[in-house]
Amino acid sequence: MKNLRSTLLIFVVAALGFGALQALIVAEILDDYTLQILCVAGINVLMALSLNLISGFTGQLALGHAGFMAVGAYTTGVLLVQAHWLLFPALVAGGLMTALFGLLIGIPTLRLRGDYLAIVTLGFGEIIRVAINNFDEILRWAFNSPDMVGWTGGPTGLSGIPGYATNIMVNNPAAFLWIYPIVVLSVVLVMNLIRSSHGRALVAIREDEISAQAMGINLFGMKLTSFTISAFLAGLGGALYAPFIGYLSPPGFDFLRSVFFVIIVVLGGMGSITGTVIAGIGLTFLQEFLRTSAKDAGNGLVVLIQQNLFPSTISAGAWSVDLVPLSQVLFGLILILLMIFRPGGLMGTRELPLTRWLTTPWWRKKESLP
Amino acid sequence: MSTLLRTEHLGMQFGGLRAVGDFSLELAEGELVGLIGPNGAGKTTVFNMLTGVYAPTSGTITLATKTGNAEQIGGLLPHRITRKGIARTFQNIRLFKSMTVWENVSISRHFQVPYRLAQGVFRLPPFRKAEADLRSEILELLAIFKIDNKAEMQASNLPYGEQRKLEIVRALASKPRLLLLDEPAAGMNPQETLELMELIRFIKERFELTVLLIEHDMNLVMGICERLLVLDYGLTIAQGLPAEIRNNPVVIKAYLGEDAVHA
Repeated sequence: MKNLRSTLLIFVVAALGFGALQALIVAEILDDYTLQILCVAGINVLMALSLNLISGFTGQLALGHAGFMAVGAYTTGVLLVQAHWLLFPALVAGGLMTALFGLLIGIPTLRLRGDYLAIVTLGFGEIIRVAINNFDEILRWAFNSPDMVGWTGGPTGLSGIPGYATNIMVNNPAAFLWIYPIVVLSVVLVMNLIRSSHGRALVAIREDEISAQAMGINLFGMKLTSFTISAFLAGLGGALYAPFIGYLSPPGFDFLRSVFFVIIVVLGGMGSITGTVIAGIGLTFLQEFLRTSAKDAGNGLVVLIQQNLFPSTISAGAWSVDLVPLSQVLFGLILILLMIFRPGGLMGTRELPLTRWLTTPWWRKKESLP
Repeated sequence: MSTLLRTEHLGMQFGGLRAVGDFSLELAEGELVGLIGPNGAGKTTVFNMLTGVYAPTSGTITLATKTGNAEQIGGLLPHRITRKGIARTFQNIRLFKSMTVWENVSISRHFQVPYRLAQGVFRLPPFRKAEADLRSEILELLAIFKIDNKAEMQASNLPYGEQRKLEIVRALASKPRLLLLDEPAAGMNPQETLELMELIRFIKERFELTVLLIEHDMNLVMGICERLLVLDYGLTIAQGLPAEIRNNPVVIKAYLGEDAVHA
């Protein structure tokens, strides 16, 4: 009963949050740009959630999630552009196709342990990217027709993907309508999975493989299940991304993107879903802030220094500095600092006791602690 | 009494090293047998072969099934063997450290859980009922060992003795017929060892188990084992009643060296 209530409660809170955001959009307090970043944040949360399932909870480090994202994005993109599928079936197909990829990659690789799995998944991520790059050439070769129009666009990319809305001006609000509920649902379902016997088995594998196996856990079977579900969610993330961004190209799914998802998971806490959500949203906004506002912030700081410490130089012209190239360095620096002060990630393996906060009246809070 | 487990000419070769050679053992149902021998004699290797961690390089392992048939289990994967009714504990404690006490025990029940993954993810009715039953069953089991009040504690925060106890409870939760204990008294003081002896006797009766244990603590071994096997350099050098083993010159030589026999 407690479980049912907490699940319902998450949905209620999510619905309220959704309503509030919609109200902000309608009232035009939330501009289109912020909304766009919110959509990216949602997709990043979904990607990191997927990675956390296999790496944080099951303990199998995977470094190729950008590859899975690419499979999902391209499947959905190609189905929308070339086959004129409807949006919903195309999204589902993107997830399912990636799950199939996960299964096929998982069968040989999940017999490996630790670092080896990381290396192999990294390799597969790159293989997927390169394969998409050359996909059309391969098609032309396979069908022996040099003039054939390709599917993926190869290195030039796949453009003209129909958006969530027919009117491109309202694509971001429409995308948000899809992305938000799907991400919330995925978070809730993964949380349910973790809090079931199957989820406990996954955590047991992370804690001690030999011991888990000796207690009757089918190591390979459970790892493969976890990896396939993870691939499905990553594919779904990619599928949501395709009609949102409208244009796909292989370099967008390189190793650095996989690393970004790893960073979200590690920073949020390997094995904490609320940590992933917080870090996913936080890092997306931080990166965006550093990219766009670093210049202004840097200039402001430099001018302040000039005015206060070197006033004699003002007559020669105001100082200026471009911090944009440094934004990646700053991003790295912030990560290093966070890792020094929170080595286990923001949340460690804990979850925010969201349901307890919401179900316990404030005046009973002290005594209700376990 | 009928035979539960029989190994014939069991051997384990790691490259040029013969860890165990020609190990034959017959365990009758309800027996409590000790496996002793100096360090490196191959005792844990025997356990690892019986539980599937290693596939034996020679010989057979036969387990009597619940229906009374004999079944070859040598070389099966560990989880298959566990599901057939052999559970074990580890020499160096291998709990799932970050999980709570009850979660640790629940892992051994996973293969018997009556709902499927999708039913758990979508919180369908079979899930609720099964989880509630599972939890109360595990709490009952923990209560037998008087650690039910620590069910929500993280396993790594338990005192050492209780961690050992939890390993035994976790092994029992898979409802085994044969329990393998690998040095259960390691790191315990004499008082704790005495309590452990009581515990082993108790669970053997309570859960109708056959027990095979590895131990260095001679008080424990001599105190509770009905029969002993002595391994040295991978070979069985003696077997018999505890009293016979105690005075066996071959055993004394293996443990203490040539001079001790004549002393």
